[in-house]
Amino acid sequence: MTVESTAARKPRRSAGTKSTAGKRTTAKNAPGTDPELVQLLTPEGERLKNPENATYDKYVADITPDELRGLYRDMVLTRRFDAEATSLQRQGELGLWASLLGQEAAQIGSGRATREDDYVFPTYREHGVAWCRGVDPANLLGMFRGVNNGGWDPNGNNFHLYTIVIGSQTLHATGYAMGIAKDGADSAVIAYFGDGASSQGDVAESFTFSAVYNAPVVFFCQNNQWAISEPTEKQTRVPLYQRAQGYGFPGVRVDGNDVLACLAVTKWALERARNGEGPTLVEAYTYRMGAHTTSDDPTKYRADEERESWEAKDPILRLRRYLEASNHADEGFFAELEAESEALGKRVREAVRAMPDPDRFAIFENVYADGHALVDEERAQFAAYQASFADEGGH
Amino acid sequence: MAEAVTFKNMALAKAINESLRRALDSDPKVLIMGEDVGKLGGVFRVTDGLQKDFGESRVIDTPLAESGIVGTAIGLALRGYRPVVEIQFDGFVFPAYDQIVTQLAKMHARSLGKVKLPVVVRIPYGGGIGAVEHHSESPEALFAHVAGLKVVSPSNASDGYWMMQQAIQSDDPVIFFEPKRRYWDKAEVNTEAIPGPLHKAQVVREGTDLTLVAYGPMVKLCQEVADAAAEEGKSLEVLDLRSVSPLDFDSIQASVEKTRRLVVVHEAPVFLGSGAEIAARITERCFYHLEAPVLRVGGYHAPYPPARLEEEYLPGLDRVLDAVDRALAY
Repeated sequence: MTVESTAARKPRRSAGTKSTAGKRTTAKNAPGTDPELVQLLTPEGERLKNPENATYDKYVADITPDELRGLYRDMVLTRRFDAEATSLQRQGELGLWASLLGQEAAQIGSGRATREDDYVFPTYREHGVAWCRGVDPANLLGMFRGVNNGGWDPNGNNFHLYTIVIGSQTLHATGYAMGIAKDGADSAVIAYFGDGASSQGDVAESFTFSAVYNAPVVFFCQNNQWAISEPTEKQTRVPLYQRAQGYGFPGVRVDGNDVLACLAVTKWALERARNGEGPTLVEAYTYRMGAHTTSDDPTKYRADEERESWEAKDPILRLRRYLEASNHADEGFFAELEAESEALGKRVREAVRAMPDPDRFAIFENVYADGHALVDEERAQFAAYQASFADEGGH
Repeated sequence: MAEAVTFKNMALAKAINESLRRALDSDPKVLIMGEDVGKLGGVFRVTDGLQKDFGESRVIDTPLAESGIVGTAIGLALRGYRPVVEIQFDGFVFPAYDQIVTQLAKMHARSLGKVKLPVVVRIPYGGGIGAVEHHSESPEALFAHVAGLKVVSPSNASDGYWMMQQAIQSDDPVIFFEPKRRYWDKAEVNTEAIPGPLHKAQVVREGTDLTLVAYGPMVKLCQEVADAAAEEGKSLEVLDLRSVSPLDFDSIQASVEKTRRLVVVHEAPVFLGSGAEIAARITERCFYHLEAPVLRVGGYHAPYPPARLEEEYLPGLDRVLDAVDRALAY
């Protein structure tokens, strides 16, 4: 689209200067609109087996119907939770929400590939991964409601706090992985980030460090096509997974709306890490169906048809088609899950509304581990100020 | 009894080196990281010989990426390590400033105390060595302004040794500013007798007429100023702050209540610097004791100048003496 309109604005560029015109439009086309994807499940729900995906297929070859239903359940509940959070934001219960709508397969597939002793470094949209790690969904909402800046113990589920500054956590993941290697442990680390973050220096530096120290880390980039209003074309001139090659480790692009493929590829990458083979970049090619956050208005920068084309690749729908076609799930299963979804929505809604505002002295809590004279002084001033209301018989 | 105590005469750089060696030796979780810290021993040789004795997995030469150094140190700390990272020069810390300010400083609070980040960021800082640009700056106020960070600066070998021990043992991130022009100054270090806490200021010279407050490279200058003033019959007290965050206002107050006059000296630009904070707080605390306004001597609101002009820019003996005279004239 942009290619054509650029050409149309520049009629001087006749057929004779085609190569120049081509150069100028490379940026638009480079990331690949027809990417080579690892895919195990087509949008129509057909199970694919071919020589191209054989490397990864074996990681899900023995998956049971029960496990398949489990993946489906994870995606449905995550979507339901996400929808509830979006509604809660609209109702004024949350200050902001970053929806994962459309990215359920990328998150559940990769999240379910992790082992309990692995460590996960998310950005701020990894609600599905958090679900896989056993973090209570309600705990994810505290920071969006404004009652805390984190909300869970990172060591409780080996799931680090959400990171707002784009790409910072990829370095933390790398350092943590360097520590694992030093400890001689066989666990691994997975770092999540988006296509926008791929432009950040910290991500490049994490690639450098992880390669140099052969750190057991998997970089899981969810390329959801948009960094707020900026398309992937504004981030890169080569497909993102190809970046890895320049750092000396493998990169692979997986169909991010195919939960089986995401599970298989991530298992493969984590196994490499555990075996001491170093980092891997996985680019999950997917789509953010909703807004960047609830403050965003995607109608200003992208066409409805684009979303519609991706809806046809819906990750949940495609697994449902497969489950139905293979008789791995019956109506009873889907009905039961529907009821479970509603119950989850209700529980989350009630939990958010019941969240108390933090104690006002929380401002001064945990600023330092060892304490700090200035914090002590200001806490005392604050306490005296608060007490002055009590003296006046106020509130 | 004296035999039981180990005194060594050594330069500041060597004292920090011995301190790092002791930390590496006593805690297997302590790591040294940075550019050129291994075989070369750092451009100031502060880590000299450590990689040889502790190996490449404890003393780690890193890629040339400051954000990467601090960011991976955070990850290592999350895994239970205690990294001591070196930023080669003051002006090179800014690529890492994001990681230090948005991540290192805040993670303990964000995790409601579940996560501790015992990371020490060593930064050789300050001017007076004739370096090229970005090699002579004093950005301590930029870090002291950030809650969650501790900011310290030793002025002598003994403090270099002990403050490094204390910084590494701290569960908080510590920005450790090393006055590079004092690296080669020798002093006696008692490696057995543990001195006061990391954040306690120290009276390094007693006096009655005026208090000079300084830290890091300016402490020695202030002692010279006090010597010069003494020849004119003026008795100056010199206080070595040692820590910029937290600031030991109690010690400054005690001194000012005695001398009733205060001049703060630092190399960093005066505008919105640590001297401004000291002046404001001491004015609040000691308003009725003060005989003169608190005066500040420091750098100008200009980029650090080329080496041939740095003696004009840096506080020197005469500039500080002028401020002392002005304060005493009230």
